[in-house]
Formats: sequence, structure tokens, C-alpha cells
Amino acid sequence: MSVLGSGIFKGMAVTLKNFVGSYFDKERLTTNEYAWQANDKLPERAGDYPKEEAEQLSDTTTVTQYSRNFPMLLHDAGEPMDTVRCVACQICERECPPQCIYIEKSTEKKERSGNKAQFYPATFDIDVSVCMSCQICVEVCPFDAIVMNSQFELSTPSRFGELLLRRDDLLKSNDYYYKIHPEEASARDKRIADEKAAKEAKKKAAEAAKKKAAEAKSKSEAEAKAKEEAEAASKPTEPSDTPPAESTATPSTEPPATPTTEPEKEGSAE
Amino acid sequence: MTVAAPNYELVQQDGLETSLLEVSMGPHHPSTHGVFRMDVKLDGETVVDLKPVFGYLHRNHEKLAENMSYLASMPFTDRLDYFNSMTNNWAYALAAEQLVEIEIPERAEYLRVIMSELTRLVNHVSLVGFFVNDLGALGTPLLYAFREREKILDLFEQASGARMMCNYFRFGGLRCDVPDGWLDRTREVVDRFPKFLDEYEKLLCENEIILSRTQGVGNLSKELAISAGITGPMLRASGVNYDIRKVDNYGIYERFKFRVPYSEGDVGDCYDRFMVRMLEMRESIGILRQALDGIENGPIMGNAGKVFKPQKSEAYGRVEAPKGELGFYLVADGTTQPYRYRVRPPSFINLTVLQDMCIGQQVADAVIILGSIDIVLGEVDR
Amino acid sequence: MSEPVSHEPVLQHFPDVEWDDAFGTLIVPVAKATEVATWLRDDEAFRLDYCSNVTGIDYLDREFKEKVKNEEGKTETVIHTDPARMEVVYHLYSMENRTGPLVMRQRTNREKPEAQSLTAVWRSCELQEREIFDLYGIHFIGHPDQRRILMWDEFEGHPMRKDYVEPFDYEWEPTPHDEILEKHQKGTVIF
Repeated sequence: MSVLGSGIFKGMAVTLKNFVGSYFDKERLTTNEYAWQANDKLPERAGDYPKEEAEQLSDTTTVTQYSRNFPMLLHDAGEPMDTVRCVACQICERECPPQCIYIEKSTEKKERSGNKAQFYPATFDIDVSVCMSCQICVEVCPFDAIVMNSQFELSTPSRFGELLLRRDDLLKSNDYYYKIHPEEASARDKRIADEKAAKEAKKKAAEAAKKKAAEAKSKSEAEAKAKEEAEAASKPTEPSDTPPAESTATPSTEPPATPTTEPEKEGSAE
Repeated sequence: MTVAAPNYELVQQDGLETSLLEVSMGPHHPSTHGVFRMDVKLDGETVVDLKPVFGYLHRNHEKLAENMSYLASMPFTDRLDYFNSMTNNWAYALAAEQLVEIEIPERAEYLRVIMSELTRLVNHVSLVGFFVNDLGALGTPLLYAFREREKILDLFEQASGARMMCNYFRFGGLRCDVPDGWLDRTREVVDRFPKFLDEYEKLLCENEIILSRTQGVGNLSKELAISAGITGPMLRASGVNYDIRKVDNYGIYERFKFRVPYSEGDVGDCYDRFMVRMLEMRESIGILRQALDGIENGPIMGNAGKVFKPQKSEAYGRVEAPKGELGFYLVADGTTQPYRYRVRPPSFINLTVLQDMCIGQQVADAVIILGSIDIVLGEVDR
Repeated sequence: MSEPVSHEPVLQHFPDVEWDDAFGTLIVPVAKATEVATWLRDDEAFRLDYCSNVTGIDYLDREFKEKVKNEEGKTETVIHTDPARMEVVYHLYSMENRTGPLVMRQRTNREKPEAQSLTAVWRSCELQEREIFDLYGIHFIGHPDQRRILMWDEFEGHPMRKDYVEPFDYEWEPTPHDEILEKHQKGTVIF
């Protein structure tokens, strides 16, 4: 402490510098109400969506694509309840830490467009006044059916009315998901596609192995047959090699994507 | 133990009747950083007795956690010390990882260090702001601090989806990888931080008002600090060189070079506690730079199974949270729920000595002393 | 991790103290707790001057099924009985030697749980023992200021005990679960 008050003046110089700087520093010259408003992708596209989703989309433009708020249920393109991914397995309901999800499983399976019949949630309620946006439901969901929405303007005058989100409020299209979380959505879809491809490749490999086995079996059978026939033919003077050639040719000309049961059938048919 | 009020003798002036004044500071007092109450007995301006009253924010976090799965408690740990959700997550993950054998991948370890050091910056910079706010410097230093804090919280949001309730750590790694370009943005923030710290130190550290109001106020001796289990910057301000990052070397802290700032004397006052935090931020920046240089691509999740179901055992995991030693004590009984789940909250135990530090001080100083302890009521009351 | 502390000298010095190998903890008889704690703090080799964590545990009478491999390599189910008891657990470290932890327990019954207060040895026990008294109802002999800390003074019962029954004070909620759901379906929930 050299001169009394010099420390205070030093500090005041800093505040003065900051004050003056706010008139010259480009970053601080203007107040940007929402720092991420510069994201120009969203507002004009919002008009392409159904009214409610469009409202929510314009609402989510004020937050970053990384932010999360409350969960929503995903459906693929088409009629929401025809393409909803949720099969009402109730894992999220069990795992939800504040227990804010309530699901009632449908009694019957329902035909999905492009997929086989599955159960669907007859009731799917999320009490967002209890939800704490922890994202555990998203993590535990094995069907990628539940993801986080980033819409936040949910204030209502009643406690149990609009704060209890019903199934139809929660259903959102995958397109909408792409709009609010582009990076996450594409990563997720890539993973789903990869898993599907891996599953298919595995299935194909299993099929190929099965077919190979069947082929080898039929080949050995055919060979045995041919041998028999040859042995039989060796007694008469005229050898006929047409049946073995035919039998070995049939499996190889078969298209690769055959149902799993076919090679067996063929083997048994022979 | 300490001077109790009934034994306190009032100085009787001739012809004037004097008595002790009982004041209830809080629970809605702006200086109490939440809902905390101090029952203060005053002789004029001097604090004669002080009794802390807890529990206004008590929600029995431990009981809740004992009735849900291990993973489901993770988001609740964010809400303990809501300024430092990342270190809370880490302490819980560390304890749970001791119950089962999980290998944590390299990248996850680096990201854990980066997150927890960023958290330390967030905590200390805003604590200093709040502290001078308690001194009467309303607004300016706190808002400068919050300006910087916001940049780090943006980084947290990009990585985890939420600014404060991150819920980012998992047993065996992290929930998700950071997005592309996140490390570059972090480096930018880290590189700009020392410039801000220079400015901040210039603004505060030599200010005569701060010096005269904090030096010699709220003395805490080394012996009492150790005995009372004080941890974190408050312990180091009292002259004990004890940092769990150095002692335990949890995570990968042994790979980083950093110093532990601590005061030289045997007694720490409010100014020491303030300065230790300022210096600690510089060291955190050093760790962050090393971690950002060392991080490589790789997986972020270890070989943890889908269901976390440890054998019958117990574990105590502790980390150096910005406020002190945050420990989680778990007793597993072979089911998917912990049999006993205990949080060792640093700011709660640091309050043990509040009474000792405040007695004999002015009532306005009691506010600063409380501010220098650095409490968050979400953690004190759990 | 910091260097763990060997428990052997404690067992030699105090024959009453037991060692539980499964949990790695010293079990100190309640009557001797202060003596052992003071010795651990002051002994040159130990210098456990820092008591980090104090906590209570409540055990009800329980049966554990454990699968054990017997000599022939077959798995057998062994049933253990876990007696009802209450424990106070102390995690001790040494700031001077930078070693630790050493875990120490005081074991007491559930009917009239009593333990020695170690506040005189380590000041850090003060608030934590008060918390155990509040939430578990363990009475600490010699505690300077034993009052409720987190719950309010008029509160009855000890909420962290395993047999604690919560009072019926639920409000209606839109997403009920477990027992609230049952009450919800029966229509006995207060609206």
C-alpha cells in the first residue's frame, strides 16, 4: 500500500476501461437478445410444419441445438400413430428418477406402416412440472423412440392442465427432431442405420453359412447320388450324368436373398 | 469450546441498562447465499454468540437415492452443489466405479479433468464475485465474473445439453462425446481467461477497502482447521498443503504439473481465502492447457454393463471439488439399489467453524466470513 | 489413491477391537471408542488427524442369499443372516502423513442406539453426529450440542431408518406410481 487509495484508483481504471470499451468493442457494441439468434436456418422453415410444431420451432430458435428441455416421442414420416417408434415397453417409466412418466400399454398390437405389428402406448403422460430434464429416459430407450425437445415456452396458469403433456402433445416428427438437434439427429440416425446394416449383414452371413452348409450337404448328397448312379450305370453300358449336374446347379442359381427356410426345404425336397 | 452467550458479561455503563440483542439473520437474507439462518447474539455491533440453523432446503437426498437405481441418482447429484455439477458427478462416479471393476477410457479421463477444472473456474470466479458483493461492491465485479462464467457454461451446454444440471458423467466414462470443434472453442475460452484474471486482480486485489475489511477478519488456525475437517481452499488458506488431486491422484491427475497454492502462516483470514482461490484459478488454467494438449480421439465409455449391479461391498470415493472434499460413501448389498448412500458435503462441514470464526467480530464481518466459506445450500441441507 | 493405513497395530494395542475383513473396517466397542480414537489421532505412526466422513447405517434383520463355489466346484446357495444393528462409520485420514483411509465403526443395537461422541477428538464430527442423531436417532454420549439439525424440532421419528414409515400426506399427482398408484386406483388420495 504505497499511496492510500491507489488500489481503488487502479480498480476504477479497469471499470472505466470496460465502460469505454463497450462503445468500441464490436462484440459488446450491440446487445443480442438471444446469442444464438444468428442461426438463420429455422424461422422461415417453420411455416412448412403443422401449426403447433411451427410455433414450437420458432420458439426453439432461441436456444442452441445442444440444449435440452423436456422429452418428446418420435415418429417417422407419415401419420403419427402409424409410425410411432414407442412400443410401450415401459423401461423409461421404470428408470425415470423423479417418476414423471406414466404409460399404459395398448391391449392389442397395431399394424405399423413398413414394420410388423407392435404394441403402442395407449396413454403416455409426462408431468413436466416434475420432469427434471435429465435425459435418462433417452439413454435407456432401446428403440430410439424418446428424445429431448428444446421447446421451453410452456408457462400456463394451471398446475395439472397444460403441464401434463399427453401422448399427442409429445408426438413429434423425425423431421422436427432434425430441425432442432441436427447433429444429434443425424448421428442417431446414422447409428440406427449402422445397427440395422450390421444386423442385416449378420443375418445375411448366417444365411450364407446356412446355405453353404445346405449346398455342401446337397453337393455331397448329389455326389453320393452320382456315385451310386455311376456305380449303377457302370453295370449298364450307357452312362447318364444329367441328374447330378442338375442337382448341383439348382442352389447356385438361386437368388442370394432367399428366406431362411428355403435351403432346408430344398434339401429335404431332394 | 467457544464463548457461550450466558457466560458473556456485558459491560455496564453508568446509569445505562444494556442487554444482548438477538438477531435472526436469514433464512431470506441476501448474504446467506440461499436459505440459511444464523441466530446471532449481539452486544452492540459485536457478535457474542452465533448458532447456524440448517435444514430449510432439506429434501433427504440420501433416502431418495437409497430407493432408486444407481444411475438414477446421477441427475440428483447435480442438484447438490448446483454450481459444480460436473465435480459432483465425478465424485459419485468415482465411488461407484470402486464397487465394480470398470476400465475408464483415456479420452473420458481427459474430458473429466477438463470438465472439472472448468467447473473450478466457474465456481471460484463467481465466488469471488459474490464475496465482494457481500463486502458491498454491488454488481460490477460479480457481473464481470458472470460474463466469463457464461462462456464456460455455454461450453457445458454444448457438451452435455444443459448449462448447470449437466448430468454428464456415467459409471465407466461419459454420456456422450463432445461435439466437433468443442475442444477448439474450449481452448479459445481458456486462452482468454488469464487476460480476464489479470483485469480482475487489478480490480480487486489491491483495493484498500477490500484489504481493510478482509485482513485479520475471520481468523482460522491451522490446528482447528485440520481438526474440524475443513477442506478445499479454506484449509489451504489456513496453511495446510493438502489437495486431494495431489494426495489421491484420482483420475489422471498425476500426469499434470500444477502447484497447490496455500498460505504461509498458521492462521488464515478472509483475505487468504480470497487469494487462494484467485491463485487456484491460474493453476486450473495450466491443467486445462496440458489436458487440451494431451487429449486424443478414442472411445468415451468403458466396459460397463447395461445394468449396474455391484457385489456386496462398500466404497468411499472423494474428489477435490471447488468447495473442498466431496465424498460419496456407498454400501452395496448386491441389488441394483444402494443400501446406504451418503454424501460428504464440503460446505456443510466447513460450516462447523463458522461460530468460532465469527465470535468477537462485527456483525457486518459475519456476512463476509460466511461468504468466504463458500457455501451452497443445496449441498449443506441436501 | 493415497497410501492405505495398516490396521494391525491397532489390533495389537487394543485387543477388544475387531477387524471385519469383508468390508475392511475396524469395529470398536462403544465403551472404548474415545480411547481408540484419541490414540489413533495422537500415535506417531498413525497421526489420523483428519476425520473426513461420519455416517450412520441402519441394518434390519435380513437374510442374504449368496452363491458360493464349494470344493467340488459346484455353486451352492448359502443363506447368511445379517443381524439387526446400527453402525456409525468414521473415515479417517492423516493430513500430516498424507495417508488413509482407515475405516472405523461403532456398532450398537437398534432398540436403544448409543454411541460415543468423538467430537472432542475430531471437531468435524460435531455437525455430522448431530445429523446422525437427527436422521437415525443414535444417541451420542458426550456430544456438546445434540439437537435436530436438518429436520425441524417438532418432527417425530428418524427418516433415514429403514423401517421409517412416511406419513400419509400425498397430494394428487397426474403420473402416479407404486403405492400412490394403488391409492389412486382405490380413490383414497386426497384431491
